[in-house]
Amino acid sequence: MGRYVARRLLQMIPVFIGTTLLIFIMVNVLPGDPVRALWGDKPPDPTQVAQIRHDRGLDLPLWQQYLHYMGGLLQGDFGNTIAGNRPVLDEITQAFPVSMRLASMAWTFELIVGITLGVLAGIRRGRFVDNTVTLFTLLVISVPIFVVGLLCQLFFGNELGWITPTVQDSENMGQLLVPALVLGMVGLAYVARLTRTSIAENRQADYMRTAVAKGLPRQRIITRHLLRNSLIPVVTYLGTDVGALMGGAVITEGIFNVTGVGNLLFQALARREGAVIVGIVTVLVLVYLVASLIVDLLYAVLDPRIRYA
Amino acid sequence: MRGAKSAKWVAIAGVVALTATACGGGDSDSKGSGKVDPKGIVSYANGEPQNALQPSNTMEAYGSVVIDALFTGLVYYDKQGNITYENAESVKPDKANKVWTVKLKPGWKFHNGEAVTAKSYVDAWNWAADPANGQQNSSWYRDIVGYDDVHPAKGKAKKKAMSGLKVVDENTFTITLNSGIPYYAYKLVYKPFYPMPSAALKDPKKYGEAPVGNGPYKFKSWDHKKSIKVDAWSGYKGEDKPKNGGIDFKAYTTPQAAYNDLRSDNVDTMPLIPDSELANFKQDFGDRAIEQDFSAINTVNPAFYSKTFKDMDVKVIQGLSMAIDRDTIAKTTFAGTRESASGWVAKGVKGYKAGACGEYCKFDPKKAKQFVKDGGGVPGNKISIQYNADQPHKGWVTAVCNSITKSTGVKCVGDPKTDFQADTEVRDKKQVKAMYRSGWVLDYPFNGNFLADLYGTGVDGNKGGFSNKKFDELTKKADAAKTIDESAALYQKAEESLRDSFPGIPLWYNKTLSAHSKNVKNVVFDQAGDPVLSDIEVFEK
Repeated sequence: MGRYVARRLLQMIPVFIGTTLLIFIMVNVLPGDPVRALWGDKPPDPTQVAQIRHDRGLDLPLWQQYLHYMGGLLQGDFGNTIAGNRPVLDEITQAFPVSMRLASMAWTFELIVGITLGVLAGIRRGRFVDNTVTLFTLLVISVPIFVVGLLCQLFFGNELGWITPTVQDSENMGQLLVPALVLGMVGLAYVARLTRTSIAENRQADYMRTAVAKGLPRQRIITRHLLRNSLIPVVTYLGTDVGALMGGAVITEGIFNVTGVGNLLFQALARREGAVIVGIVTVLVLVYLVASLIVDLLYAVLDPRIRYA
Repeated sequence: MRGAKSAKWVAIAGVVALTATACGGGDSDSKGSGKVDPKGIVSYANGEPQNALQPSNTMEAYGSVVIDALFTGLVYYDKQGNITYENAESVKPDKANKVWTVKLKPGWKFHNGEAVTAKSYVDAWNWAADPANGQQNSSWYRDIVGYDDVHPAKGKAKKKAMSGLKVVDENTFTITLNSGIPYYAYKLVYKPFYPMPSAALKDPKKYGEAPVGNGPYKFKSWDHKKSIKVDAWSGYKGEDKPKNGGIDFKAYTTPQAAYNDLRSDNVDTMPLIPDSELANFKQDFGDRAIEQDFSAINTVNPAFYSKTFKDMDVKVIQGLSMAIDRDTIAKTTFAGTRESASGWVAKGVKGYKAGACGEYCKFDPKKAKQFVKDGGGVPGNKISIQYNADQPHKGWVTAVCNSITKSTGVKCVGDPKTDFQADTEVRDKKQVKAMYRSGWVLDYPFNGNFLADLYGTGVDGNKGGFSNKKFDELTKKADAAKTIDESAALYQKAEESLRDSFPGIPLWYNKTLSAHSKNVKNVVFDQAGDPVLSDIEVFEK
């Protein structure tokens, strides 16, 4: 087990270098010069442009820029933004906690409600509950997230006045509730469907028949035998979804004015802020890597037949 | 990004607009019973400023509006485009308009108690002109003698001070220009000409996070990406004393989010109604909706270096201009929120004259077809209009193209670039295929700003490679005029001459479209699209 974890951690290094390098190159290939962009559509001042490019090391060859960047990264320095010359680390440490809170709320919602619905539907396959859940999840998956978001905003915010239409304070959990529900909606539908299919399938398995024949209490059959074995695909999905929720919340964050990672990434892209983009992606890659490691380790917990050497 | 971004931003203008301003902005809605609280805080939907808050380093809208609240410059302008004195008692040129003497009103102070003196201005400008200090607006000092020593085209500053700036006494200084400019006082309106206290130059970084100004509002706090708060300052000596207790500039990530908050009175006003709400914002807000003229203009400009427009007969461009049904497109695509342009200068600036473009800006499909034919047509019978797809330009570009094709038979397509950055890069590199969309918001309210700075041969703002000897001569004459009025009149002649060379096809004048919450009244926007914050009054809660 320990060796497996160590090996996985070592594997992260090339993945990490590869992704940062790729993103670094891609940002540089994009048309548009971030320094020139500071002037908008007004004519830029060539002396000043040259000065800023020089100060930020943007006049060096790409490979040197990358080495500098990685060198800084190892010392915990993410570089500075081009506009405003602020440390990228500040931007990231400001945005990540917000997104983490939002994502973890959405994720918890996905997990609890999604699995519950999935179990209910799976156990009573073909019955009323199952049909309702299937219909509901289909609806959620097919309606784009911004429609759900805007509708929630207009209905609960502008019409009913239960919430403020946008989040006034991104650190306030109560205000993040509605955006989190909206954000977790699609994931919830997938979790419910995955769970349902898996449960429905495993219900026919031999060990289930044995458990029932042994006369075990229903509660115990479902949680210990059925659910545990059915959760593997769900856990895989939930694991990768952590990263997706963190970085992919652009739309939800935009609608509700949450200043999280999605938003930061979007604005950085529009401004071609290479250091910010690479910085965020770096952290996101780490989140994905750790999440997938945890998922893999959880497999062994869920199904003892899976062993890691 | 004052330009394109703020082109779709906001604001007001001319004499005609005055009436509209009065009712659009304000009292018509005041709820009679509502008492005004002079200490009430106005919340304004803004965004996170691009740079630290230094006046000479701020040009985009989010930072500008905060800087303008914190600082008061030498001069400003009224709704007729005439200069008004703010911190200056007088700004007077010599006979040749070359040496300008600035006299300050005595007794003004910065928020930290330091006196505002001639030195506060001169030192700040010299500091900002030095490229080592990385101030984005430094090219604004280029008219001053000695600018090239401090800000050479390449490399480091040779001198620390421009020889054209001289402190005479505590409240007087002179500005010597490289050549006479009759309307130079107008340029002094712009942010890089604000004064800074001596502490600012000692620790610019700290200053940029907590600026100290001399304006109606005093800096209170900056919670990055959340809000910037400023308080009304009791020591203010200017005319525009705040009628409220302070401003809370809330950072919004999208205009749509701000709009929804505005509807629920969670924010008091915003600079721009998002395009998606244009059709219904008047219904949503009733008499709290604001619609004012704004000194900005939209055009489509030919790239004169392109294969299509190289050596093209001007008749064809005139024909293309006549082929565009401006009124209908303004009504349908823009829900009536733009006004057809009849010249190259936006409304509400000094020297604006309606109809400079003459018949060529009037929709006349028959003549259009004839003109294009007489001019020898378009190579390949096809043109394109380049635009940035990250903002809602597609709709009107398609409409303009359809109008051209329908009237003249010339095929016209949109040429989208992914975003504004990609779009400007193509323009800067002079790789536009045929035409590109363009917009210009005033830097200062003088018609020369829309003419010499955009269509003069080789000037920075001239992206289409337009060059016309006659026009250059006329603008030179206008710059050599004795007085502002004379200069403005000569610039009008220069504008008229564009009829025969057509550097760009004028389309629409912008309008400020905004609204305000039920908590406030007297919300008015100025010609440049900025809110007049000190006039806003807050109702008692």
